[in-house]
Amino acid sequence: MKSAVIVFPGSNCDRDMAVALEQVSGVKSVMVWHRETELPEDLDLIAIPGGFSYGDYLRSGAMAAQSPVMRAVKEAADRGVSVLGVCNGFQILTEARMLPGALMRNSGLSYICREVDLKVENSQSSFTSRYQAGEEIVIPVAHHDGNYTADEETLDRLEGEGRVAFRYSGEVNGSARDIAGIINESGNVLGMMPHPERMIDPAHGRTDGRRLFEGMLEAIG
Amino acid sequence: MKTRVYVTLKNGVLDPQGKAIHHALEGLGFSGVNDVRAGKLIELDLADGVSEGDIDAMCKQLLANTVIENYRIEKAA
Repeated sequence: MKSAVIVFPGSNCDRDMAVALEQVSGVKSVMVWHRETELPEDLDLIAIPGGFSYGDYLRSGAMAAQSPVMRAVKEAADRGVSVLGVCNGFQILTEARMLPGALMRNSGLSYICREVDLKVENSQSSFTSRYQAGEEIVIPVAHHDGNYTADEETLDRLEGEGRVAFRYSGEVNGSARDIAGIINESGNVLGMMPHPERMIDPAHGRTDGRRLFEGMLEAIG
Repeated sequence: MKTRVYVTLKNGVLDPQGKAIHHALEGLGFSGVNDVRAGKLIELDLADGVSEGDIDAMCKQLLANTVIENYRIEKAA
């Protein structure tokens, strides 16, 4: 699985993402700086990592979404390359309109950094095939703006089309319908607030995030 | 040319910050506050010749996230 990790000024989970990808696939990820206008050839996966790109100025992910590299990411996604956005990566994907809705300030206004219980809603996607539908897993979150918002019509469509990948098993940040991760219409872009790359090694306490990477490796090569 | 862009949350979008400000005002003993909505003011200093269409495009592409926000452009006299 040939993968690239996009690095913005203020990204801070880029290395963790690269380690997770390499551990599972055995292939080193290419780190791509946000000013690049082209991506490496023959990519199977583009990962947009967590962090605080551009200091979260204006809105989380707003500046990064306008970066030169995001044009290339969009084009690659349109060609069918898989894209995984975690935390700030999810915010960037919504700001770039590659995923619907928006991520607003947590309803409790506090930064939340803890492990949360998640329910796998869709186990058919190329990201989640190693999980069982309805399975409960534990993955950490660390965010200030994770409150997923979209209009009712969009939420109904996401649910109806099985595009809610993960749901919080209880109130975490005020997200509409407890949505923690969603998939785009074509099924090749996943955005999620929890950090699967922080739960891949027994030393992390649990390895619930590892199967996401294993599933991707199996599905997209 | 000074131009102000006011960015506000759309009606119906819950505003956690506005709610917290509301609670804080009540905590300070101010009664009669029915609701609080927080927004942003962005001041632009623009060269002559920047068209209204350009400003509108700036708002749509970057200054506001039109999924959740409205914007209003106000040109300084």
